[in-house]
Amino acid sequence: MEIGIVSYGAYIPRFRILPEEIGRVWGLDGKGFGKGLMIEQKSIAGPDEDVVTISVEAARNAMKRVDVSPEKIGAIYVGSESHPYVVKPTGTIVAEAIEATPDLTVADYEFACKAGTAAIQTCMGLVGSDMIEYGLAIGSDTSQGAPGDALEFSASAGGAAFLIGSKDVIAKINTTLSYTTDTPDFWRREGQMYPSHGGRFTGEPAYFKHIVSCAKNLLGKCGTKPEDYKYAVFHQPNGKFPQRVAKMLGFSNEQIETGLLVPQIGNTYSGAVPLGLSAILDEAEPGDRIFAIAYGSGAGSDGFDIAVTDAITRFNRKAAPTVREIMANMKAIDYATYAKYRGKIKLSCEE
Amino acid sequence: MTKTPRFWRENKNRYNLIGVKCGSCNAVYFPSRIICPDCGRKSMGKMDKFKFSGRGTVYSNTVVHEAHEQYEMQKPYAIALIELEEGARVLGQIVDCEPYEVQIGMKVKSTFRKLGQDGKSGTIYYGYKFVRERE
Ligand SMILES: [Zn+2]
Repeated sequence: MEIGIVSYGAYIPRFRILPEEIGRVWGLDGKGFGKGLMIEQKSIAGPDEDVVTISVEAARNAMKRVDVSPEKIGAIYVGSESHPYVVKPTGTIVAEAIEATPDLTVADYEFACKAGTAAIQTCMGLVGSDMIEYGLAIGSDTSQGAPGDALEFSASAGGAAFLIGSKDVIAKINTTLSYTTDTPDFWRREGQMYPSHGGRFTGEPAYFKHIVSCAKNLLGKCGTKPEDYKYAVFHQPNGKFPQRVAKMLGFSNEQIETGLLVPQIGNTYSGAVPLGLSAILDEAEPGDRIFAIAYGSGAGSDGFDIAVTDAITRFNRKAAPTVREIMANMKAIDYATYAKYRGKIKLSCEE
Repeated sequence: MTKTPRFWRENKNRYNLIGVKCGSCNAVYFPSRIICPDCGRKSMGKMDKFKFSGRGTVYSNTVVHEAHEQYEMQKPYAIALIELEEGARVLGQIVDCEPYEVQIGMKVKSTFRKLGQDGKSGTIYYGYKFVRERE
């Protein structure tokens, strides 16, 4: 059985803020921060957008591209660290909004920035064991950094959805594997609005160790070399980390260019690798091989070896906008508007 | 008092712009009706579920400056009566464009957004709003 991506869809909110604007408010060298992180601007969800609305838009874009009845979707998993409810699944609302209810299983996932790829793996297992015909895996976030914290320069909003199945697969997932340890590099306790992080600890023993180990294990299992892949996408908390990890593993800047969206939209957390992979599928051709490694704090990496099939030539890519088309519809806002949109200002009526 | 049960019953239709089509005269309605006002008894039992595409044009519009407290963070914002391409007219907020850019005849399509919530600890309501159709 050939298991893989049958369709995909993306969504990124329209608002952007520049690092210099954030820096202006907190008396920090925002431009310098932006340069250091390789982030020119980050996306911000509107006041009426959240993980539910982003997930629904991404899922609808995925469903527009194929002639698959939503009733055939047997599972929906939404990965995010900013689900609007602590108790009450995002996935049930998504399922109802794409008319996939009621004969399916649904659950929300959380694994920092890799919950969306964990959802892809689960759907692969369910399709592969013939428990379901199609599964919908979504990674989406509206992440926030505490005001003035370094994270505020990068934490952004966006998401992508993948319809996983075994018929008319446009991108076959040859192999997937993960690498997981107990590493406290980044966390958020219940009831806390903003996450905490281990500062410099988030680099070497966390991001780099897990991605490199996962990537090496995957290359070993597949018997492949970096040059066998046309594209590669790595988790992108900023622009520097994925470039450095690509170099460490022997991938070139050309291979990661298409899937590297963080300079224009910031770190979309659970949306990051899903969106990067979507941008690659926007232009991929039959025979192209894709190497994808997600990373989630806590910590773990999910790796995928993907091969684009001939079916992509018959696939209706144009039925939904490409990632770069979505990114082009943008509006920069100032910090005051950003604070208003993201609930950083409290109104008496909200109590 | 929570509005949850009332909202919940209409969720599927509000999420997906599902109304009805009269099997007697083919007129479409949103929200749903049990009887077609033109056909009366003739339409009984013939009002079938009908899903609108979400595409339409602005029929009339206004900009809201004095907002309900739940929309305080969004004002000023545009509200318009949208003529859906299949025929019915619905009232909706136009988002993702400047309120004064909205004009009669402007092409719009539906989008999925948060409509409100029952305070900070209550349920969140979702449904359709409209965005400008960009070519
Ligand atoms: Zn009638």
